[in-house]
Amino acid sequence: MRGAKTMQWSALAAAVALAATACGGSDGDGGSAAGKPAGYVSMFNGEPQHPLMPSNTNEKFGGYVIDALFTGLVGYDAKGGLVNMNAESVDTKDNKTWTVKLKKGWKFHDGTDVTAESYVKAWNWMANVKNKQANSYWFGDIKGYEDVHPEKGDPKKDEMSGLKVVDDQTFTIELSEPVPYFEYKLGYKTFTPLPESFYKDPKGFGQKPVGNGPYEFQKWTHNKLIQVKAVDSYKGSNKAKNKGIQFKNYSKLESAYQDALSGNLDLVDGVGPKDLPKRKADFGDRALDVPYAGTQSIVPAFYSKPFKDVDPKVIQGLSMAIDRKTITKTVLQGTRIPSKGFTPPQVKGYQKLDTDVLSYNPKKAKQYIEDGGGIPGNKIWIQYNADGGHKEWVTAVCNSITKATGVKCVGDSKPDFQTDLEGRQADKVKGMYRGGWLADYPLNINFMQDLYKTGASTNYGRFSDKKVDELFTKGDHADSLEASVKDYQAAEKELLKKMPSIPLWDYAANIVHGEDIDGVKVGFDGNVLITDITVK
Amino acid sequence: MDPQPDPSGADAKPAKGRSLWTDAWQDLRRNPMFVISAVLIVLLLTMVAFPGLFTSASPTVGDLTHHYQGEPRYTHFFGEDWFGYDTQGRSVWARMVHGARASVLVGVLVTLSVTLVGGIVGLVAGYFGGWLDSVLSRITDIFQGIPFLLGAMVVLTTFTKSNLWVVIAALLFLGWTQIARVARGSVITVKQSDYVHAAKSLGASTVRIMFRHIVPNALAPVVVVATTALGGYIAAEATLSYLGIGLAAPAVSWGVDVSNGKDALRTAPHILISPAVMVSLTVLAFIMLGDAVRNALDPKSR
Amino acid sequence: MGRYVARRLLQMIPVFIGSTLLIFSMMYALPGDPVAALYGEKQPDPAQIAAIKHQLGMDLPLWHQYWNYLIGLFQGDFGTQIATQRPVADVIEQAFPVTIRLTLFAFVFTVLVGVLLGMVSGLFADKAFDRIVLIFTLLLISIPSFVLGYLFQYLFAFQLDWLTPTVQDSRDIGQLLLPAIVLAALSLAYVTRLTRTSVAENLRADYIRTAIAKGLPRRRVVGIHLLRNSLIPVVTFLGTDIGALMAGAVVTEGIFNVHGVGNTIFEALNRREGSTVVGIATLIVIVYLVASLLVDLLYAVLDPRIRYD
Repeated sequence: MRGAKTMQWSALAAAVALAATACGGSDGDGGSAAGKPAGYVSMFNGEPQHPLMPSNTNEKFGGYVIDALFTGLVGYDAKGGLVNMNAESVDTKDNKTWTVKLKKGWKFHDGTDVTAESYVKAWNWMANVKNKQANSYWFGDIKGYEDVHPEKGDPKKDEMSGLKVVDDQTFTIELSEPVPYFEYKLGYKTFTPLPESFYKDPKGFGQKPVGNGPYEFQKWTHNKLIQVKAVDSYKGSNKAKNKGIQFKNYSKLESAYQDALSGNLDLVDGVGPKDLPKRKADFGDRALDVPYAGTQSIVPAFYSKPFKDVDPKVIQGLSMAIDRKTITKTVLQGTRIPSKGFTPPQVKGYQKLDTDVLSYNPKKAKQYIEDGGGIPGNKIWIQYNADGGHKEWVTAVCNSITKATGVKCVGDSKPDFQTDLEGRQADKVKGMYRGGWLADYPLNINFMQDLYKTGASTNYGRFSDKKVDELFTKGDHADSLEASVKDYQAAEKELLKKMPSIPLWDYAANIVHGEDIDGVKVGFDGNVLITDITVK
Repeated sequence: MDPQPDPSGADAKPAKGRSLWTDAWQDLRRNPMFVISAVLIVLLLTMVAFPGLFTSASPTVGDLTHHYQGEPRYTHFFGEDWFGYDTQGRSVWARMVHGARASVLVGVLVTLSVTLVGGIVGLVAGYFGGWLDSVLSRITDIFQGIPFLLGAMVVLTTFTKSNLWVVIAALLFLGWTQIARVARGSVITVKQSDYVHAAKSLGASTVRIMFRHIVPNALAPVVVVATTALGGYIAAEATLSYLGIGLAAPAVSWGVDVSNGKDALRTAPHILISPAVMVSLTVLAFIMLGDAVRNALDPKSR
Repeated sequence: MGRYVARRLLQMIPVFIGSTLLIFSMMYALPGDPVAALYGEKQPDPAQIAAIKHQLGMDLPLWHQYWNYLIGLFQGDFGTQIATQRPVADVIEQAFPVTIRLTLFAFVFTVLVGVLLGMVSGLFADKAFDRIVLIFTLLLISIPSFVLGYLFQYLFAFQLDWLTPTVQDSRDIGQLLLPAIVLAALSLAYVTRLTRTSVAENLRADYIRTAIAKGLPRRRVVGIHLLRNSLIPVVTFLGTDIGALMAGAVVTEGIFNVHGVGNTIFEALNRREGSTVVGIATLIVIVYLVASLLVDLLYAVLDPRIRYD
């Protein structure tokens, strides 16, 4: 009996201990959610995947914060044209050497001046292979890039020979090859300056960045919120019209939507499928759909059984078998706009293509596939990742193709993006894959070069065509931006004949916001222009 | 249907064996719960085997003109549009009928295999104790420690195709530990009882003690957990599909449909509710069957 | 007794090593590359990938990587996340308390409500109340948890406006109520049914008859003898369930926007952040091991016939 008594006590003690450990420990939320300073805008966001570094951020959640904290040399207007930001001017005579003059009086948030040196030193650091920045390839055009970022091994130098500081307000960029549209690339978020304080502690900087943008960093409670405060003395044209932004972290769009509905959140720039049909009913004219420069397509893998040595006519036929209008209206709830070409309308160089390849015509579709010699096995697959909300439209596209042409079409679902991507990179796609492109910079070139050039970085369909390559090269060596854009327009017409992918539809940003804010606009990349938001 | 291992003693003493089973059958026939569940299960099995008897519409081909704005029309008795249409304009009713196959198969096969594997492990561990128990318990612990989602994802991504068998394998891989532990606990309890000690002192063989005394008496909690778990497995299949790592279109299953339906929950709840109701009914039928069989077979309830 | 506990603690070592090794190899076997994931859809840069992998020791063979991981663990180092470059220990420290609160809440709810319902049902087996409880548990079991989550959210937050639809502050018990109930639903049904079954069975057992025949008051018979014996299978189940509750919070946490272990592990899985997944899974294994030791100790308390010598 005594033994059992001791047992009881020890069991009890252990149980208490287990419960006690659970109550200790630090807290995961860090403060209550209610604390929003007056004049701030709270918006939906997620946890940035990387430390907050311009050269290491390549996804939306981190991108929002980087854009708030940093301002680069140039930006873009609503039509895809260039606007000077921190740059007074960006000039070139030969598309090879570019001279950048900075505006005077710009400061970092720690009070130090933004000088030519702030740019040059930062870019050399970002491009260096040792620093392992995800966006380092953006500096690949600059002369001497391979010295700091060789294919293999350690860098030979610490500086790119193409970057030279002239004086405090001026520096020159020499490229290894002329690039007529280089200035467009300069608007990408990695081309920012960094303050001197960065080099003392690069790792710490990623948690508490010091920028030169319209907002300064206040706090980052991981998985909970990031708060930035408007800078009064900011000199740029995109000065904040509000007091600051709270980026609140939600794991699900639906949760954010509900909080917006109950007034706990000012802005959500995305609507989950569950709420899409109700967005107008819930928010009235505070539910916006704004088209932006992003496209969705399906891409044949030209090494796969159905598409090896295929006649482009067959792919044109498949394209005509897709009822884009009905699918965007029903399955996609009007959140997409049927594509009219390989580029979206928001980019410079968009053209109206005179073609019926992108419109629904079941009869012609069948005819074209027959004329093209049909598809081996009469069956195609569309690979997609199940974690990205693609299932519904892939199913609908497949149904549409099968109905119109009798070609069997099956969705090939991969559990997550990682698996999907690995299949693409290892040339294991069974038929087609879900493709798409969001603009890095609003230029038609951006929607073709990386995707369809032989051996290009994102050309996972392994499309290769001599004539298309020739037109691309011609565009890359044109003597002006305008000429370059024109050459690429010619290339786009050629793409229509060769069909390296089937364009489906262009994206629109679905935004809902609360009654307290106004002036919600969207940039070419689908992100809300947060500096323009006003608080009532 | 139920995971009752055939008592090996039944062959040794046919007269007694038959009377146990005939008694049980007599009991069962009088039990309304059993009758209801049996009718439901027969209906379900018919659906699994011959879906064409219930619907002529295709579960996979949709017509977007019927996109789910088409509200269900409960006025038509058993028309194809009786339950309305889903996000792809497919007949919900056709999908309910055709989805039975995957869900019922997953549920039943996983339950059977899990009970078998877990039951054997638990029985051996609980009966023999000692180092064997230690080793088996440690292995159980190791498997128990794998997060469900991680385990499922790994099993499902190692196979290039996620078909029915892979889903079943994944659920077995992760599910047997629970039964094993319950069985072990229950066997330990039964092992302490007087009739086992008595049988031992009378010199009964290990096998005989195991299957004549331990298994029937230790079975009750295992059957309860197993029948309850059956629903859990059907739900688990749905959860995996919901997370995009279970069955995927073009496979038709209630799990896939529930996950389709969640996107239309606010506008067309019938898309989610119809397959969910089917899942619930199926689970209900199997649990009631399990309960009824257990009551009938339990010698203590006489 | 002390020796028994010591032996059990020693036994945890192989389990700990076995499960971490198993999970580690599983992560290793998954397709996809966490370093390549840093580049999104763009073709990654081989030079940089090699550098990052070398720095993290990911170019070593599996056994070597595992060995390094274990050595790190013993020095209290859970490793570093590849993408965010935060120490995994920080990530875990943030997520764990939230999930533990949610789990404990769900667990307490399960035990209190489940045992109570099961007891009453078992004592009045086949009466109206028992039937109602049976139907109630059947419903809980048969509705998948994410459906239940959405339904509850819809009903209590939107239609009735009683609660916030999502959790803003995980220290607020009121906000955690919904996710905890949804998380507990399935276990609750199991516990109720198990309790009911064993109570109903034990009611017919000889020792109860003896106790009643001896003239002991019914309350004492039920309270001491019956409960003690009936709770053994329930305790077993609960012991195994607490780890499952923690790991199973993925769906619930997702629906209710709780930033706990479930969400963290799901994201880490999608990005193939091995050290994060293994770290969290390891902790869940430890929780589970401790819980199962407690279960076995409780056995002895509940059933005097079991002795650990």
